[in-house]
Amino acid sequence: MIVDTRTPDPKKFIKGATGDWEIVIGMEVHAQVSAKAKLFSGASAEFGGEPNDHVSLVDAAMPGMLPVINGFCVEQAVRTGLGLKAEINRYSVFDRKNYFYPDLPQGYQISQYKQPVVGEGTETIDMPDEGRVEVGIERLHLEQDAGKSMHDQHPSMSFVDLNRSGCALMEIVSKPDMRSADEAKAYVSKLRTIMRYLGTCDGNMEQGSLRADINVSVREPGGEFGTRCEIKNVNSIRFMGQAIEYEARRQIGILEDGGTVDQETRLFDARSGETRSMRSKEEAHDYRYFPDPDLLPLQIDEAMIDDIKASLPELPDEKKARLIASYSLSDYDADILIGEQASADFFELVAKGRDGKAAANWVINELFGRLNKEGRGISDSPVSADQLGAIVDLIDEGTISGKIAKELFEIVWQEGGDPRAIVEDRGMKQVTDTGAIEAAIDEIIAANAEKAEQVKDKPNMIGWFVGQVMKSTGGKANPQAVNQILRDKLGVE
Amino acid sequence: MSELTELTISAAREGLKAKSFSAVELTQAYVTAVERARILNAYVKETPELALEMAKTSDKRLATGDAGPLEGIPLGIKDLFATKGVHTQACSHILDGFKPTYNATVTQNLFDDGAVMLGKLNMDEFAMGSSNETSYYGNVINPWRRKDSNVALVPGGSSGGSASAVAAHICAGATGTDTGGSIRQPAAFTGTVGIKPTYGRVSRWGIVAFASSLDQAGPIARDVRDSAILLKSMASPDPKDTTCVDQPVPDYEAAMTGDIRGLRVGIPKEYRVDGMPGDIDALWHQGADMLKARGAEVVEVSLPHTKYALPAYYIVAPAEASSNLARYDGVRYGLRVPSDDITEMYERTRAAGFGPEVIRRVLIGTYVLSAGYYDAYYVKAQKIRTLIKRDFEEAWSRVDVMLTPATPSAAFAPGEITDPVRMYLNDVFTVTVNMAGLPGIAVPAGLSDEGLPLALQLIGRPFDEETLFRTAQVIEEDSGYSAHPEVWW
Amino acid sequence: MSVDQTTVRRIAQLARIKVKDEDLPALEGELNVILDWIEMLNEVDIDGVEPMTAVVETSMKKRKDEISDGAMPDSIMANAPASDDHFFVVPKVVE
Repeated sequence: MIVDTRTPDPKKFIKGATGDWEIVIGMEVHAQVSAKAKLFSGASAEFGGEPNDHVSLVDAAMPGMLPVINGFCVEQAVRTGLGLKAEINRYSVFDRKNYFYPDLPQGYQISQYKQPVVGEGTETIDMPDEGRVEVGIERLHLEQDAGKSMHDQHPSMSFVDLNRSGCALMEIVSKPDMRSADEAKAYVSKLRTIMRYLGTCDGNMEQGSLRADINVSVREPGGEFGTRCEIKNVNSIRFMGQAIEYEARRQIGILEDGGTVDQETRLFDARSGETRSMRSKEEAHDYRYFPDPDLLPLQIDEAMIDDIKASLPELPDEKKARLIASYSLSDYDADILIGEQASADFFELVAKGRDGKAAANWVINELFGRLNKEGRGISDSPVSADQLGAIVDLIDEGTISGKIAKELFEIVWQEGGDPRAIVEDRGMKQVTDTGAIEAAIDEIIAANAEKAEQVKDKPNMIGWFVGQVMKSTGGKANPQAVNQILRDKLGVE
Repeated sequence: MSELTELTISAAREGLKAKSFSAVELTQAYVTAVERARILNAYVKETPELALEMAKTSDKRLATGDAGPLEGIPLGIKDLFATKGVHTQACSHILDGFKPTYNATVTQNLFDDGAVMLGKLNMDEFAMGSSNETSYYGNVINPWRRKDSNVALVPGGSSGGSASAVAAHICAGATGTDTGGSIRQPAAFTGTVGIKPTYGRVSRWGIVAFASSLDQAGPIARDVRDSAILLKSMASPDPKDTTCVDQPVPDYEAAMTGDIRGLRVGIPKEYRVDGMPGDIDALWHQGADMLKARGAEVVEVSLPHTKYALPAYYIVAPAEASSNLARYDGVRYGLRVPSDDITEMYERTRAAGFGPEVIRRVLIGTYVLSAGYYDAYYVKAQKIRTLIKRDFEEAWSRVDVMLTPATPSAAFAPGEITDPVRMYLNDVFTVTVNMAGLPGIAVPAGLSDEGLPLALQLIGRPFDEETLFRTAQVIEEDSGYSAHPEVWW
Repeated sequence: MSVDQTTVRRIAQLARIKVKDEDLPALEGELNVILDWIEMLNEVDIDGVEPMTAVVETSMKKRKDEISDGAMPDSIMANAPASDDHFFVVPKVVE
């Protein structure tokens, strides 16, 4: 029984040929657990590696091999569950999911079927138009990842590498609560952020740490749920949006033509932007799930849950609320800062004892802008929080102007160093001495008497004078003072 | 030289310590005996050079006083146990050429204690069988024959090679595995002692898996003392096996005090089956009398779900096997039938590699787990297991050990039983023990009307192998059983 | 419950074991003999009984998160029927 928790929102309807349609989206995200070793074997879980190097006898399913669980992977699943405000099941069971594929050496995957380690929870996403949307989490379970088969190395043979086989995955299943591609993208993005904060998954989609299977169906607004199709293994957020939009339109097209949608599994083809049916020889899989007799039921005690709860970091939603309250930030700015825990931490170092908005401006617009341009991350920043903070201080004290500050930023970026020392050494201090400014202004007015007369009629020309004064003072005159004195002398309001 | 192969492990141990002979001499005697007994087809892979090398190392250790508890003792290893660099095929064609790069924990334990490996022993393919008639390498012949007959008989199974080799004195002792009776039944058919330890007592790591929740490794030996010695070495905690307990291994030999005064022995009435041969029934009564005579209290108990154990076993074991055998697919080791696409390769390799009994059981197992049947079969069978275990738990409040026959008949001839269900009934007395995870020992106690060995079974509380050894010792001593097969090979 | 040849064929397909058409009748018979015998379990009252979830009563042992295994590609490939540069080689998978 699917419980419909969302009120139909006309802003999200898709206009078909015959009327409006609503998209219903649910997602199954596979997140690779951040851990050194695999879920049931002690081989390395590191990405890459020489072929079949991160493989133990257990991973290769040699005769007589047995699984032994990595306790830390269990903790990571609990941690993620707590981050999703979900029910932690004190008792859960590992089941074998039986099927044949060359990258599945055991001929079964150890997964969890009816009794997963984590139950229902919620993820809150902030959508620009509607505000907060609660997406229900159905469950989270642990399972083994499969190896990799490469089909393009040889015309008639496939090559199998088991390095990834047995790595721990968390499968996070949402309820079908999303109603637009944007919501789905926001959901995955937020999920990724939460797990990065928790340190339970690095969310590196290029390396396959995070993959999504998307269930899409369409229906008349608020009507009966339609037949859904599953789009498998989408590995970028951008592709998710494209795949959902294409699939929704495909289904609408079928239904408006009077046909029915077949329940099937589909793949997204990034080149064409279309989804296509996975035509395989077999009919519906019969996985013959049964509890793995080589393992025992997983029992989680209160002490473990309490320990993990106590060690949880401040999560994105809480951090965002606190930043807004403590630093008077806008929603928009707060969102940017909490995107990565390191960004938020950096910001707080800069904002400590300083004006929050000024700090936000410098961190987001100047630093992040520059980092993005060079494809660098905050951990890679050539300007430290201390250095940036010093620049903000120098402006605040009036020692340098905003314009000079940008030059100073560039110097620190390229060469490093203490901003205060640089300002001293290179004489970058703002000229605030009104006497000196007056003198400079008098010179320029004297040299441009005609223009000075015209200003009274064309007040905008004052800008030209400001420019001249800044040029003659090497940009160091305090702009506000220049403006004020010029207006006085030129007789402009 | 051949007298050396007449020594039990405990006697050989003494002889080596006393320097009456060397480990090399002992091993050489067995190597010769193995060659002479090839007609029994007990060994699928003889390893004489390796054995002599190991014996040489043992002699060095014996000289420096570094001897382990099994130093220099020549053993046969069932083909189900991984032995590094040596043939390990579960007697199946599908594992053609497989030589593991690892030793099973049990194998390693035995080698660490100084044991010498004579070779790998024949068995029913993937341990599925009760007569060793399903091996890819052909049948094993029981050294025992009926009185005045030279019809070849089966040694029982699946550890048929192990039992036959121990009875024929072509090894000092052997390893076996028991999933439904595969140590105890062949031990019973060959007049040897076989114990299936409590589930979780011995590590399963490196033993080709048949049915994970039922398999246990154990020794087959010439007498109770030898089997206690072997189990002490085979068993150990193992961090590589989740189902293996962390409890230390007791000194089983020390438990053999012979004192069973006050022991409460249960006779489960449901083990009295229709058509039970008179000689077996008589032996059962004699066994009870022996124990009474030594001060035990014998009472009747009831294990009401006994008769459901065997059919439930034939749901659970094939189900687990169908999944455990999925890895034999021609991709990473063993037989591969070349094909154009992967599905063809799987299907042809497995059809060619598995024998008919294995295929039957894999298909049953696949069926009982399949959509729509899982609850009706697998879940039901697992519930029946709970009931079987409860029956025993209820009985343990009143008794300490139970006495039953080991098998419903003595050894039979190959081809005599073709109906699969009739073959399965060989395990009717033994399978309850696996389903409940308890320890059970088969000890020879008499001869059938046709002169073939008959055994009694003792079933114990979880992890109470000590009581089993102590009680079995009494039966061994008081039954006066001392028969040996005539050497006709 | 009993199986017919179609079911046997389907099960064999699930189990990836090729069964020749001419062998289906015999296999059907053998399986049904076993399945008929198993029917006797219907006599048992299993109401309110929990299935056995663990044969040995102990809590599941857990490993520490450290790299303690692997880095043995030669050992992994040692018995491979076909390999190339430490990859397992198999006939193409038809998607």
